[in-house]
Amino acid sequence: MGKRTIIPFGPQHPVLPEPVHLDLVIEDEKVVEAIPSIGFIHRGLEKLVEKKEYTELVYVIERICGICSFGHGWGYCHTVEGLMGVDIPERAEYLRTIWHELSRVHSHLLWLGLLADGFGFESLFMHCWRLRERVLDLFEKTTGGRVIFSVCKVGGVRKDIDKETLDEMVTVLRGMEKELKELTDTFINDYSVKNRLVGVGYLSKEDAIELCAVGPMARASGVVQDIRLTGNGVYDKLGFEPCIETAGDCYARTLVRMREVYQSINMIAKAVELIPDGEIAVPVKGNAPKGEFMARLEQPRGEAFYYSKGADSKFLERIRVRTPTNMNIPAMVKTLQGCDLADVPMLVLTIDPCISCTER
Amino acid sequence: MSELWKIQNFISIEPTQLLDKVQDFKAEGYRLGQVHCTKVSEGFELTYSLDKDHVLTNLRLVIPEEEEIMSITGVYWAAFIYENEMQDLFGVKFKHMALNYGGHFFKVSQPTPWNPKD
Repeated sequence: MGKRTIIPFGPQHPVLPEPVHLDLVIEDEKVVEAIPSIGFIHRGLEKLVEKKEYTELVYVIERICGICSFGHGWGYCHTVEGLMGVDIPERAEYLRTIWHELSRVHSHLLWLGLLADGFGFESLFMHCWRLRERVLDLFEKTTGGRVIFSVCKVGGVRKDIDKETLDEMVTVLRGMEKELKELTDTFINDYSVKNRLVGVGYLSKEDAIELCAVGPMARASGVVQDIRLTGNGVYDKLGFEPCIETAGDCYARTLVRMREVYQSINMIAKAVELIPDGEIAVPVKGNAPKGEFMARLEQPRGEAFYYSKGADSKFLERIRVRTPTNMNIPAMVKTLQGCDLADVPMLVLTIDPCISCTER
Repeated sequence: MSELWKIQNFISIEPTQLLDKVQDFKAEGYRLGQVHCTKVSEGFELTYSLDKDHVLTNLRLVIPEEEEIMSITGVYWAAFIYENEMQDLFGVKFKHMALNYGGHFFKVSQPTPWNPKD
């Protein structure tokens, strides 16, 4: 047995956009144990349920994260609508699904860029983020915001998208798709990229299940788990099938996310084709009744939980958001055991950690 | 059309049944989705959400504030995230946690901020 050393990794580190700390126990350049530590930016947003009415709380919830903001708003509204027995118009379901899938495209492009930056491929990073800008432009055009959109409300959505803009959205995405194919070729076939990702950070299917991994982390290990299969939104009508890989390494996690970008673009195009005319919201008035409702959503990083408990008041008694990164930390700790010290940044990145979400 | 998302399955159990129930669910192939705590007049209301084939089952129990509850980290190791979170924010006491940060998982400026003692 070699000499053991503890190396602190984070909370500030070039590959970490947000603070998380790992104590890495090292033996001859191999990690034998990783002890995570979070909580540097805990904001206690769930506690604001005591001060904001249920109609206002959506603005707080969507500020949990600047990347999957729309999904958080949707998940929260979903629980309140369930609690109050509100059925939203079909057009609103379509619009929510379109914005949510657009969020997945920009989130995955952001992540692919960060990954490229992490393994030192600067031009690849810049091209991924250049494409992502176009998605942000689409958000700005359709919602007025590039990060926080505030278009989801209890009872539906606040803004409609006209036919012309929807068609333009598909044209932009199809154009992007062509350029993305060149980047995909580099991510999949470039030998230097493969050297950094293939066989690194292996997570078996059994471990993924045992450690309750979610999202692309689980799907890259062959676990068929995607909340879009539960029939929320309009995924049933879009022919959704989850993207599954079986290799369980960093490369497989990259492939899952690359495939999901194309899949989301196709689903948006199909949703634009099928979207019906009609109302975009129903009025919701009165107190949130006593009761509770638990909902889940497939965020870009994986399954997210939303829970609301009503108290026959304008104020809810409790809300709860469990974000995907929470559930992927145990799997990350497991995959770090036995890896080379040089691979730690890649491994941490491939769970696509979102610490703002985790420390909502 | 799949409408699995509409299923709201909450099962009330006694605190002493928790570990056995969780073990049974795991043996049946359920995975842990989340655990959360709500402060109620009787103490703490804990909800353990377990998923199998995209169907969610929620185990619900209430414990007095001073009572310890068995940790489920021996069954689902990943539960250490939630147990430490509840310990830090509410002051829920767990017995036999596999990974106990001793109240320092979150860097909070006051102890148990969501259940203050003053």
